Amino acid sequence: MHELSIVSSIVESVTESVAAYPGATVREVRLRVGALASVVVDSLEFCWGIATEGTAMAGAKLVVIVVPVVMHCEACAEDVELRSLQSFRCPRCGELVADLRQGRELEIESFEIDEVEEKA
Amino acid sequence: MTTRIVELRRGILKKNDELAAVLRGRYKAAGVLVLNLVSSPGTGKTAFLERTLRELKERGARVAALVGDLETDNDARRLAASGAPVRQINTHGICHLDADMIDRHLEGWDLAELEYLFIENVGNLVCPSSYDLGERVRVALLSVTEGEDKPLKYPTLFNSADAAVITKMDLAEPCGFDRDLALHNINEIRPGIRIFETSAKTGAGMDEWLTYLAEERALCRGQN
Repeated sequence: MHELSIVSSIVESVTESVAAYPGATVREVRLRVGALASVVVDSLEFCWGIATEGTAMAGAKLVVIVVPVVMHCEACAEDVELRSLQSFRCPRCGELVADLRQGRELEIESFEIDEVEEKA
Repeated sequence: MTTRIVELRRGILKKNDELAAVLRGRYKAAGVLVLNLVSSPGTGKTAFLERTLRELKERGARVAALVGDLETDNDARRLAASGAPVRQINTHGICHLDADMIDRHLEGWDLAELEYLFIENVGNLVCPSSYDLGERVRVALLSVTEGEDKPLKYPTLFNSADAAVITKMDLAEPCGFDRDLALHNINEIRPGIRIFETSAKTGAGMDEWLTYLAEERALCRGQN
C-alpha cells in the first residue's frame, strides 16, 4: 500500500507546475501507469480524494491510462504486447521473452486547468 | 475562463529515481557491490543474510548491511553478530525502503572501504519493486513454505529481479515442495534469471551464491 505516498508525490508535482498559472483551477490529472508498475489503480483513486483535500486539486478528476507490457521477442524480431503477466512468452511464437520495452511507467502525462482570463 | 491542457510527462517517483542514480554512481565509484533483498515477511531474508555475511567475513571480505523494518532493531542485532557493520532503518509504517532512507543511513560510512553492501528491504512483495535504491542486483527471495506459484502472484516484483533465491531448502521434502514447478514459474516471469536453491541452516547452495557474488563484484569493479 504505497499508493498514498505516490498520490502525494503527484499532488506535489502538479502543485509546483500549476503555480505558473495563478488562480487556475485543476480539473483533471492524467497518469500513465504501466501494468508492471506495482500500483493498484483503485487504491490510487481512493487515495486521490484524501490527498487532494484542501489543495488546488480538490475536486479534480484523476484519469489513469494503463500502459500494457511490451516485450521484444528475439525470435520474431519484433516488439509484442504481453497477454498475461503470468507468462512472459511471445503471444505469436510462444518463446520466453526477457527484454522489457514498456510497462513500468509511472508518470504524470498532463493536467487540465481552467485559467482565469486577464481583464483587458 | 479558458481550459488548457498542460503536458507534464514527469515520472511520479522522479525524485527517488534521481537520488537512486546518484547513489548508483557512488557505489560504482567506490567499487562496492550493492544488493537489494526483497521478499515476503517470513521468507528468511535475515537468516539467509546472516549466513551470507558470516561466510563472506570468514573469507576475509569487507561487508556491511542496512536492514529495513517497520519497527524494532531485532534484525540489525541478529546481523551484527556476524561482526559486519549493520544499521537498522525503521520505516515506521512505510512499506518499502526508498533512496532517501538509504542515503541518510549511509552517512559516515566510507563506501570505498566496502566490497559488499546488502540492503534487506521491508518484508513486502509489492511496494519495494517501485523504488530503485541504486542497487546493482535486486534479489527476490522465496521460501519452500510459500507455495510454488508465488512468482505468478507477484509478477511485478519477480520480473524486476536480477537473481532469485529459494530459501529453506532443508524443509523442501516435509513441505512437499515441487521444485521443478517453482523453477518453471520463476522462469516464466523472469526468463533466464539465475536461481539459487539455498538453506541458511545446512549451508546448501551457499557456495554457488558466494561465487555469484564474487563474479558480480568483479563486474561492478570492471565498470569503473
